[in-house]
Amino acid sequence: MQEKQPFLELYRTMMLIRLCEERLAKSHSRGLVHGACHTYVGQEAIATGVSAHLRLEDVVFSTHRGHGHALAKGLDPRQLIAELYGRETGCSRGRGGSMHLFAPEVGLMGTSGIVGPCILQAAGAGYSFKLLKTDRVAVAFFGDGAVNNGAFHEGLNMAGIWKLPVLFVCENNQFATEVPFACSAGNPRVAHRGAAYGMPGIELDGNDVLAVHTAAGEAVARARNGEGPTLLECITYRTRPHSEGMGDFTYRTREDVEQWKTRCPILKLKRHALETGWASIEALDTLEREVAAVVELAHEFGEQSDWPNPATATHHVYASH
Amino acid sequence: MRQLTMMKATLEALSGEMARNPAIFVLGEGIGKRGGNFNTTSGLFDFHGPQRLRDTPISERGFVGLACGAAMTGTRPVVDFMFADFVLDAAGEIINQIAKIQYMSSGRIKMPIVLRGCIGIGHAAATHHSGSYYSLYAQFPGLRVVVPSMPGDAKGLLTTALRCDDPVLFLEHREVLGLKGPVPEGDHLVEFGKASVMRQGSDVTVVALALMVHKALAACDILERDGISVELIDPRTIAPLDHDTILRSVAKTGRLLIVDEAFAPCGIGAEIAALVADVGFDELDAPIRRLNGAHTPTPYSPPLETAVVPSTEIITQAIRDLCDE
Ligand SMILES: Cc1ncc(C[n+]2csc(CCOP(=O)(O)OP(=O)(O)O)c2C)c(N)n1
Ligand SMILES: [Mg+2]
Repeated sequence: MQEKQPFLELYRTMMLIRLCEERLAKSHSRGLVHGACHTYVGQEAIATGVSAHLRLEDVVFSTHRGHGHALAKGLDPRQLIAELYGRETGCSRGRGGSMHLFAPEVGLMGTSGIVGPCILQAAGAGYSFKLLKTDRVAVAFFGDGAVNNGAFHEGLNMAGIWKLPVLFVCENNQFATEVPFACSAGNPRVAHRGAAYGMPGIELDGNDVLAVHTAAGEAVARARNGEGPTLLECITYRTRPHSEGMGDFTYRTREDVEQWKTRCPILKLKRHALETGWASIEALDTLEREVAAVVELAHEFGEQSDWPNPATATHHVYASH
Repeated sequence: MRQLTMMKATLEALSGEMARNPAIFVLGEGIGKRGGNFNTTSGLFDFHGPQRLRDTPISERGFVGLACGAAMTGTRPVVDFMFADFVLDAAGEIINQIAKIQYMSSGRIKMPIVLRGCIGIGHAAATHHSGSYYSLYAQFPGLRVVVPSMPGDAKGLLTTALRCDDPVLFLEHREVLGLKGPVPEGDHLVEFGKASVMRQGSDVTVVALALMVHKALAACDILERDGISVELIDPRTIAPLDHDTILRSVAKTGRLLIVDEAFAPCGIGAEIAALVADVGFDELDAPIRRLNGAHTPTPYSPPLETAVVPSTEIITQAIRDLCDE
């Protein structure tokens, strides 16, 4: 992973997530996004570093903060933006919105409005892959809030007993809505909990995409080799409010947020690129312009897309339509 | 035809389908070597081993959620709850996830999962081992709810469930597990949403489920001697519910009694009554009547337990009363 092409790909994915999120935030304030919108700004390195190791047929189960996971797994940004705009062309055909993104074609098995179930479902996918004798892997992304939910305990325990090919990726952004993690965990070191379930628990700088990439690479290899699950705790910070339109400085300070912005995962990779010389500033700027154009087109696509046909509102409740 | 218990009949269905489809696996407590608390998997472990007969920790929510993820990714889990009461810890996984994912994915993800467990009052099992719950699940879009009363039906319905791409709650009344009945050999499927007319009759329609079918059958025998002709219908599945068979019968008899061990408020009996009042109103010659289990947690002591379930005597009397109206 020392050649420059993969680095550039990581940069491109993080940039795509960032610019999509900024676009969605703007659209939310303009009323184009109809429901909630939890952005992934500040956490891009995690979805990016993990998903770089995933094949199309590997699967991801995600949370209410799932736009980044969806894009990193390969969801077309047009389908993401159209979904949040409530359009027929959205990845969930306008049934889901921000918190229910489904794109099984690229292995995105769903983001969720309920904290916790993604952990169990990823374990279940791991169970399928093992039973079907494939080397596919499943990933659950979840926040620090989810680790105090029973699903975490039951899911990691079962994955541990049965050595399921799963990555449990905790994005510890240090708050669940506005509750600091330290107030809700008897032992705030999530990685330590791996030991309780017989799996490695690894604490990482979640804003360092290369660190995430390396650790996830090892965890994916373990999973594919039948050596079982891994718990990754990625320490990070979201630098926008919990959800668009919410206040941000009653439970944390402006200074804290500004300080974390200096640790932005994209800036960090950019500095690394320039220091080590694997990319020039011009190359990165060009890439950023390309991504911005993609996002702008995706936005236009979303705005111009048709609304879903109300007559289809009850389709797909059952397999037989 | 040979006679088997419902337990043996469903085992035959499961065993046949597991042999036929390697993607089926069973999850539950004691369903491996032990063969299930109710012998639901008896003997299967020796054929299929621990991956397909997966003993779980006591993590009801966990293994139901796991089954959801498995069903989404190419396998067909059968979750064996033992008692349906135990799985209330997993209600969110069933109602919020399993029931909704086909819709939310606009049909691109299927949810082939069977959730089975015992329901029903009896054995002095008291309140944590006797709930019925089917009306609750039937309220949610995305779920199929099967409540068999006869061994042959149970085999056919479970086979259908194991080939179905929708999530199915297969709820087996504990007091009928050991009752024998004719069971067809080999492949046997019973379509969902098709009621069974257990007795043809002309004076009154009785709709009953699970154990109540057996009690109503006994009532039919008693009433026949007195010249009262009862048409007895077992819906077999309540989601989907066979509207046509019920409406056609009421059109013939003009009278309807619904016998349901589960609670009356907001229950399947209320749903059937509303259906007939709505669509079949002109056919009615008397008010629709319901008999239900008492609206109370299930008591333990045998005289109390007996008191909360409709008996054959009570059913017989209710039918007589309805015929006099
Ligand atoms: C089971 C459940 N309880 C509560 C909520 C409401 N809720 C939505 S997001 C959230 C905080 C989640 O925090 P965390 O898991 O750390 O994720 P983050 O928002 O920080 O990414 C809560 C409590 C929910 N969606 N689901
Ligand atoms: Mg958090």
